[in-house]
Amino acid sequence: MAHQHSSGGGYEAFAATAAEYGVDVRRVSPEEAEAAIEGAVDQPAVGALLPWDGVALPAAVTTDPTPAELSAATTGVTAASLAIADYGSVVLRADEHGSEPISLFTDHHVAVLHEDDIVPDMPAAFDWFGETLRESRDSAIIATGPSATADMGALVQGAHGPKTVEVLVVA
Amino acid sequence: MSSDTPTGGTARESKAEHIRQLLATEGDAVAANTRGFNAGRYESVAKLDEYEALKDEARAIKADAIERLPELIDAVAEAVEENGGAVYIAEDAADANRYISEVCEEADADRLVKSKSMTSEEIEVNEHLQARGVDVVETDLGEGVLQIADEAPSHIVAPAIHKSRAEIAALFNEYFDPEEPLETAEELTLFARERLGEQIKEADVGMTGANFVTADSGTIALVTSEGNARKTVTVPDTHVAVAGVAKIVPTVEDLQPFVELIGRSGTGQDITSYISLFTPPINSPTVEFDDPETPIGGAGEDRDFHLVLLDNGRLAMREDEDLRETLYCIRCSACANTCANFQSVGGHAFGGETYSGGIATGWEAGVHGLDSAAEFNDLCTGCSRCVEACPVGIDIPWINTVVRDRINDGHEGEFEFLVDGLSPDVETSGPDLQKRLFGNFETLARVGSAFAPVSNWLANADPAAALLERVAGVARERDLPAFQRTTLVEWVESRDRIPPADPDRKVVLYPDLYTNYIDVERGKAAVRTLEALGVEVVVPSVPGSGRAPLSQGMIDTARAKAEAVAGDLDPYVEAGYDVVVVEPSDLAMFREDYRHLLPEERFEALADNSFEVIEYVYGLLEDGGDLAALDHATGEETVAYHSHCQQRTLGLDTYSVAVLERCGYGVRTTDAECCGMAGSFGYKHQYYDLAMDVGESLAAEVRAADADHVVASGTSCTDQLDDLLGDRPAHVVELIAPEGEQSVLSATSRHTGDGNR
Ligand code: SF4
Repeated sequence: MAHQHSSGGGYEAFAATAAEYGVDVRRVSPEEAEAAIEGAVDQPAVGALLPWDGVALPAAVTTDPTPAELSAATTGVTAASLAIADYGSVVLRADEHGSEPISLFTDHHVAVLHEDDIVPDMPAAFDWFGETLRESRDSAIIATGPSATADMGALVQGAHGPKTVEVLVVA
Repeated sequence: MSSDTPTGGTARESKAEHIRQLLATEGDAVAANTRGFNAGRYESVAKLDEYEALKDEARAIKADAIERLPELIDAVAEAVEENGGAVYIAEDAADANRYISEVCEEADADRLVKSKSMTSEEIEVNEHLQARGVDVVETDLGEGVLQIADEAPSHIVAPAIHKSRAEIAALFNEYFDPEEPLETAEELTLFARERLGEQIKEADVGMTGANFVTADSGTIALVTSEGNARKTVTVPDTHVAVAGVAKIVPTVEDLQPFVELIGRSGTGQDITSYISLFTPPINSPTVEFDDPETPIGGAGEDRDFHLVLLDNGRLAMREDEDLRETLYCIRCSACANTCANFQSVGGHAFGGETYSGGIATGWEAGVHGLDSAAEFNDLCTGCSRCVEACPVGIDIPWINTVVRDRINDGHEGEFEFLVDGLSPDVETSGPDLQKRLFGNFETLARVGSAFAPVSNWLANADPAAALLERVAGVARERDLPAFQRTTLVEWVESRDRIPPADPDRKVVLYPDLYTNYIDVERGKAAVRTLEALGVEVVVPSVPGSGRAPLSQGMIDTARAKAEAVAGDLDPYVEAGYDVVVVEPSDLAMFREDYRHLLPEERFEALADNSFEVIEYVYGLLEDGGDLAALDHATGEETVAYHSHCQQRTLGLDTYSVAVLERCGYGVRTTDAECCGMAGSFGYKHQYYDLAMDVGESLAAEVRAADADHVVASGTSCTDQLDDLLGDRPAHVVELIAPEGEQSVLSATSRHTGDGNR
């Protein structure tokens, strides 16, 4: 993915808002990324290929998982295409590597984000969505914090989706 | 003269009973949840710098989309087909269901999993498919609870808010009989999630709704906090999305204001966990859980997608000038959460076949017909608190009024002869007798005043109260307003006061019905206050504003009143007088409702020159008016102030607070959206319990404030607080008015009926 978004100190704002949703955000260098991912996952872990040169998934993360592996996994590692600083959101784009089910069926989701892809606000994000979705006809999720429900009488995290979310920002 | 017609006493009694039962069983859970959402909304929208601009933008996008709807439907169809999906425009529910069951047949489906969709409730697709052997599973946890309980949603966003955690636990424990009984919200969520998760894995078809559909890319936006919609789309290879045709917006970029507004407006979340922007068929591999060892992969080449765009009356609503704005609705639920009546009873009373809350009247009238709307339309009191909450600025009370008028038109009344003499309305056909009685309040007030105090003794005497309740449904628990023998207009005429030769300003004080006939003291206080600030005040005889008939859906009568009022006031406005109004609901007529009743120019002339009395006083003080001329607090006096609902919507409550503070009072304001009385609503027998329930939450706030004075701006609020607290609140102007010819406070008590002191 092209790094078309210049970051204007977006990291701090993004990390602060995401933290309000209980999301753990950390900044790592490309060289540290692999080890940081390894440290962030609880086994068993599945993942989808990361789109950046020089940023690889550790061997401990199974790619191209089978449905059985997906069901058994505790952690899913996927790339985030964009982050929206104002809202503490990450944008998860569906792809042929199974990023969507991998980020959804696991209790713990580790999203890997490139710092250049943090945009300040919703209008900036929707400029990107407009162009991208019209052209590619892809699908993407604006994900903010873990899945949640208040339907059972109190707010509970982990409702048909991850209970915890962690974001590693590659700078 | 049987009274078992739908509008007779029996119907009123069964409605009263239904409401009492809901108040007792579901009221607490609904109240806690909706008030929580509502408080969250205030907090969340306050964080947006551009809140008003975003709302304007959202409204403009919807207005444009509905305007261009036919063209956008074509564009969506084209985009979805380019993407490899199919679009079906369903004329009505039966048509949609037929198509969906064909899709299920083709997919050889045993099970269909659903994420939450009100539109699918509207067409009752679950029943249709189940009758054809398809197992339909609601995967939203709240909807799942209701499916097990076999109940209807009580809220359009959070369908099971009428159930407490304990009730859900009892339901699950009985239905599933787990080894360890479930208890906490976490246990319940985990249990439901596991069970439903398994059912999703085995599903053949996934059905979603759509919060929005974009015409440029064929993208559907789904707003959820749970991950169930994502799973519903991702796992099965066939996806059906059911959406009303009105859900289309032109472009992906157009989604932005809605994404920022919908969660904040509804449940008070800045954003929900997931805003899914699916462009189906999605380019994500299907997950074949029945083939566990083959690695997942591929871009979803085997996926099938069907977009069912439902008309079901929507295209006709688009042609209907008064219902059209309903189609702007993004179903955020703000108009339910902000509504005092909804907070007390929820959607099982404040709702029709499918939809609930303020805007439901428009939806039900449009998609199911007037009968469904008639079931609950009365519950909208026109308080207008929803208007500022609505992210697309729909005039929801007006839609309720129009539909009420149409319901009235279909009504053939009984007992009409009893009110005919008292009801000079110009309705061409019949609102029921209760509505006509309250709608013609002006005549009642005029006659009542002429015969006061005898008329007051009579109206509140037991036999008369019983008759009024039986025939017209006037709650006998209520004291009827006590009409004063000397009206405000007469009092002003009788004074031999020489007007100031060179007044700073000239005011025509509008003698609204309540101030003129009932709460005359506050009118006198208003006159003295304005005069003390150097203003020339005249109080001519002017007809009622039409608020009373409008609230009963008697639009023709209200329009006739509006024309008469404008006819009387226009010459004053032209001569440079400002119009000052004491009763907020009448000021709201001049400033808002007359928009629908008068030609634009006339409306604007009056609206621009009308002021709420304390708003006006504030302006005078700002212009250098003599604050010392007003009556001040002695020592540390405190005030518990309840502004009026429509006054708050107009943003005028702040002036009352400011002026009270300048006069030395410590002011605590109430949060309750409405007092529950809302004009005639609380006088109606069938709504008495509801009105008292709503009022009780206000009364609790006032009691907690424990202030030296209880002050309210509206007559309804004053009556209601009087009934609840046993002490009649004063109007703001009565606290600040200088002493005059008459004593300021409690010179008359409406209970004594002693109207001429
Ligand atoms: S009418 Fe407005 S406030 Fe009510 S649900 Fe629709 S969008 Fe929300």
